[in-house]
Amino acid sequence: MLGNIAGLYMRIEELLNHTGEWLRGTGPSAHIVMSSRVRLARNLEAWTFPGKSGKKDLEAVLKAFGEAVNRISALKGSTLFQMTEIDQVDRQLLVERHLMSHEHASNPEGKGLLVTAEEVVSIMVNEEDHLRIQVMRSGLNLSEAWNIINTIDDALSRELNFAFMPSWGYLTACPTNTGTAMRGSVMMHLPALVMTKQINKVLAAISKLSFASRGFYGEGTQASGNFYQISNQVSLGHSELDIIQNINGLIRQVIEQEEQARQALLLQNKPMLEDKVCRSFGLLKTARIISSQEAIELFSMVRLGLDMGILQHVDHKALNELFIMIQPAHLQKIEGKKLNAFERDTKRAAVIRQKLGRSTNID
Amino acid sequence: MTCDICGKKKATVHLTEIVDEQMSEMHLCEECARQKSSQMEQQFGLADLLAGLSDTSKPANSKESDKNVLKCSRCGLVYEDFRKFGRLGCGECYLSFKEHLTGLLRKIHGSNKYLGKTPSRHLENQALAPAEGAPALLSSDDLSDLKRQLQSAIAAEDFEKAAILRDKIRNLE
Ligand SMILES: [Zn+2]
Ligand SMILES: [Zn+2]
Repeated sequence: MLGNIAGLYMRIEELLNHTGEWLRGTGPSAHIVMSSRVRLARNLEAWTFPGKSGKKDLEAVLKAFGEAVNRISALKGSTLFQMTEIDQVDRQLLVERHLMSHEHASNPEGKGLLVTAEEVVSIMVNEEDHLRIQVMRSGLNLSEAWNIINTIDDALSRELNFAFMPSWGYLTACPTNTGTAMRGSVMMHLPALVMTKQINKVLAAISKLSFASRGFYGEGTQASGNFYQISNQVSLGHSELDIIQNINGLIRQVIEQEEQARQALLLQNKPMLEDKVCRSFGLLKTARIISSQEAIELFSMVRLGLDMGILQHVDHKALNELFIMIQPAHLQKIEGKKLNAFERDTKRAAVIRQKLGRSTNID
Repeated sequence: MTCDICGKKKATVHLTEIVDEQMSEMHLCEECARQKSSQMEQQFGLADLLAGLSDTSKPANSKESDKNVLKCSRCGLVYEDFRKFGRLGCGECYLSFKEHLTGLLRKIHGSNKYLGKTPSRHLENQALAPAEGAPALLSSDDLSDLKRQLQSAIAAEDFEKAAILRDKIRNLE
């Protein structure tokens, strides 16, 4: 049983009792930056990359990884899930918690996922590369995420032989990752730039600097709720710390622009902004049926209201946790059974009412 | 609003593509967005760059080309397939396709010079290696590592790989 390899075996259900540390809603610039993530891709020299490997090889990689993890004290208390041993809803739950990718859930054979306590570190085994190590932190905290991931990578690289060339660095399946094989991403909440119609200008500038922007749900997309994930694109020609500094520099500029846009909104039409925020809050606290799309848009307004001091007495953490909890697999796990789309919309509204009702003591 | 691709489901994902500073918007349902995003991951920039790499060393449609097909000696990946799908098959592919990758990496990253960290094992190997005699490119050449790999290959009943590793070990010993 692979789940025991890493020591403590955690059941998927236990994840529901808490949420990732990165959702606590604090940390530097937390009023605009929701979370920071650093990811490293690593391959084991002894095997061909997962896309070129059969079931036996994939399982051997998973086994070698599990054994290495057992010898690493920094990964004590983590759980290694074997994808073929958990059902589709559970896999979806792990995706919804940002612990792994959609791709990882859709084809489970030979795949694994290591999750540490608090969900700070997760490692996908046999996705596009043998290892995809990820560290998430709350707020703008890439440097801290880098320090954690660097330590874990060092520990792993003492146990496992990584595919590496001094001239090109870490060798990955896709040449866009070759080199540091590092991606730093920052999840930003930019409602004022959207409302003042400046967001496209900002995104165009970001892409020109070879940074990519994506949405909260799903890679390659610009999801709703005014959330944008900004990350570096290049992994050669710069050291890891340089890359992180470059992202930080860019993010600080975007934060400044968002702050200015927020001030402009207040100056131009404060009553309208307040109305929008308070109506959104009212809807969330009273709705009986709500789609995820509508919920996310309303969350965005409530979050803005909180960050601008229009609303008080709402818990940031509770609001952040709702982003995760309102997704289909979470709703079904909370309810303990399969739910159709309509049932999910009903359950979602109930979960939101309960959570926001509990965290507020006004109205 | 319905999805721009399937035209059936409700569009919940709004995608802005920026190509040459031209912005275009797409409104997609979650399913189509997911497909589009994995497509984009593969295509974004990379496919264009790959298409620009013509294999000049290979005469088209001649019998000769069959023999000269550029192929990774370890995993068997054919260079043409890398151009098509954009994924390499193993660490050795980087050596097999080195000439082509040198230019490609520079195009993707604006540089092909590595300035990042070095894995602990590799540092240890470097310290152990004699100063003269160029060290091998891949860190696999540590004998004890090769032996460890051989054991895991045998454990996984991958006798093909085991044979290759056994030969490597013999060469070193
Ligand atoms: Zn669609
Ligand atoms: Zn290869």
